[in-house]
Amino acid sequence: MVMIFGKPLPLLFGQLLLGIINGSFYAMLSMGLAIIFGLLRIINFAHGAMFMVGAFVTWALLTYLHIGYWGALICAPVIVGIFGIALERLFIRRIYKLDILYGLLLTFGIAQVLQGLATNYFGVSGVSYDPPASLARVVNLGFMYLPVYRGFVVIAAILICFCTWFVIEKTRLGALLRAATENPSLVQAFGVNVPRLIALTFGGGVALAALAGVLAAPLYSVNPDMGSDLIDTVFAVVVIGGMGSIGGAVLTGFGLGVIEGFTDVFYPPGSAVVVFVVMAIVLLARPAGLFGKTA
Amino acid sequence: MLGFSRTQSVALAVLVLVVIAAPFLLYPIVVMQVMCYAIFAMGTNLLMGSVGLLSLGQAAYFGLGGYVAGYLVQSVGLTPELGIIAGGAAGALLGTGFGWLAIRRQDIYFAMVTLALAQIVYFAAVQATGFTGGENGIQGIARGDLFGHLPLKSDHAMYVVVAVIFLAGVVFVHRIVNSPFGQVVKAVRDNEPRMISLGYRTDAYKGMIFVLAALFAGVAGATKAMVMGIVTLSDVGATTSGLVVLMVLLGGIGTIFGPIVGAAIVVAMQYYLAPFGAWVIVIQGAIFMVCVLVFRRGIIGEVAFRLRTPL
Repeated sequence: MVMIFGKPLPLLFGQLLLGIINGSFYAMLSMGLAIIFGLLRIINFAHGAMFMVGAFVTWALLTYLHIGYWGALICAPVIVGIFGIALERLFIRRIYKLDILYGLLLTFGIAQVLQGLATNYFGVSGVSYDPPASLARVVNLGFMYLPVYRGFVVIAAILICFCTWFVIEKTRLGALLRAATENPSLVQAFGVNVPRLIALTFGGGVALAALAGVLAAPLYSVNPDMGSDLIDTVFAVVVIGGMGSIGGAVLTGFGLGVIEGFTDVFYPPGSAVVVFVVMAIVLLARPAGLFGKTA
Repeated sequence: MLGFSRTQSVALAVLVLVVIAAPFLLYPIVVMQVMCYAIFAMGTNLLMGSVGLLSLGQAAYFGLGGYVAGYLVQSVGLTPELGIIAGGAAGALLGTGFGWLAIRRQDIYFAMVTLALAQIVYFAAVQATGFTGGENGIQGIARGDLFGHLPLKSDHAMYVVVAVIFLAGVVFVHRIVNSPFGQVVKAVRDNEPRMISLGYRTDAYKGMIFVLAALFAGVAGATKAMVMGIVTLSDVGATTSGLVVLMVLLGGIGTIFGPIVGAAIVVAMQYYLAPFGAWVIVIQGAIFMVCVLVFRRGIIGEVAFRLRTPL
């Protein structure tokens, strides 16, 4: 068997794949956080909860409405996005003029409510969700066995990240969004309905989280804590990458996923904290983050 | 008295009376728990109120203080007061390191950094089973004898110790906030660039407040370990960090007595709502939302605003 650094090659490739998959979720979630932060100037602590809600909606669509995976891929983000817009209209909109920290506290409360409700209805252990039949295979790549669904998740995540980047950087809607981030009152003076743009941005951001949740549903057990387990790491990713650019958030997300995967091979107890340690090092060396412009 | 204003003196007198009367009316263990969390919340309020920094990782210092005190008293055989001192010192030491890192970033980044650093401590506590007992925690810590002579086995003896630490904490916080140092810290919160231009090393002031907050958390965690005789992973977990922020927010950010009221309400809520399981989390989340949306001054803050005097 081929060995690298004293570890069998299939194990290394397996961990690399796991790392890239985790990285996909870090990338999708930190991208959504960055988009929301750009325009709303709040850190959406409920982002992990939206990811969790997305996964539960996927399960509910199948169980109650018999809408399968492919339908859920469209429906779940739309449902959660509308829910997000409602949250923005009802609550979040009221605190824009306040200190930036109140946004964090408010969304923290929203996250707790959602997580508590999910625990009440589904229990701590949650529910399971099978991958679609067409993807529930394993192919032999020669150097390793690849479960097709995992490969699909990675490709889908890259596609989603690219599409989001394209919308924001290359379309008229994206240009409006960037302009409103820069100077909301000026954009409003040009006749753009900025409050509506803000609501749509929040809805779009949490829809991205929900989409990640749909992708995650067949991979992990669908449980109330799945979002809160992830969000702490995603916050560290955001601190490392800085929230200045979407590309930076995506790159940092994938990179840290891979680092985490390899740490698991060479020093398993370190895999849970390696992202946070990297964060501490980055804070020492580049306090503004790898891609950040200001502190 | 001690630099307290007239209204504050009245409030302090009421507080002392409540502390004296409480063990005869309520279950002493619960009141002691309230006082421990109040110490914890007062420290956190130093950060949130005086210098305007929101930390989402205060449980790291609280849990570490508890583990250090529990371990030293149970496995090394130190007396309880030394355990509490060591717990506070451990919290302050960790706070020195983490604070040095965290104050490099501001606002929301600061909050996220403290959260992430606290996760390191949590995962370390999960794995260092020889020290923390892992999933089981440190259980059955005997309270031992204060100064090696006064047995603390009875709840009433322990109550006196906790009450003394708690009231000393209240006076100490008031002294910090109203000292020249406290005034500089407030100025740093209100206009940092101006303070820098006046020649103050603002990061050093923020760092000192961070260490003080960690010290309070460590002492609170250690004292709670002595009271309950148990330290578990939940003491060092993110939920505890969220709870203490809720206590401060509910009681009133930047007030002296707010965190105490907040701690009393949150502990009482956990106690009485325990049979409802996960609904506790839902209710706590809802209180968070209500506080932020319509009740930002908090209970004591609102009273102080109506009376037009600091409390």
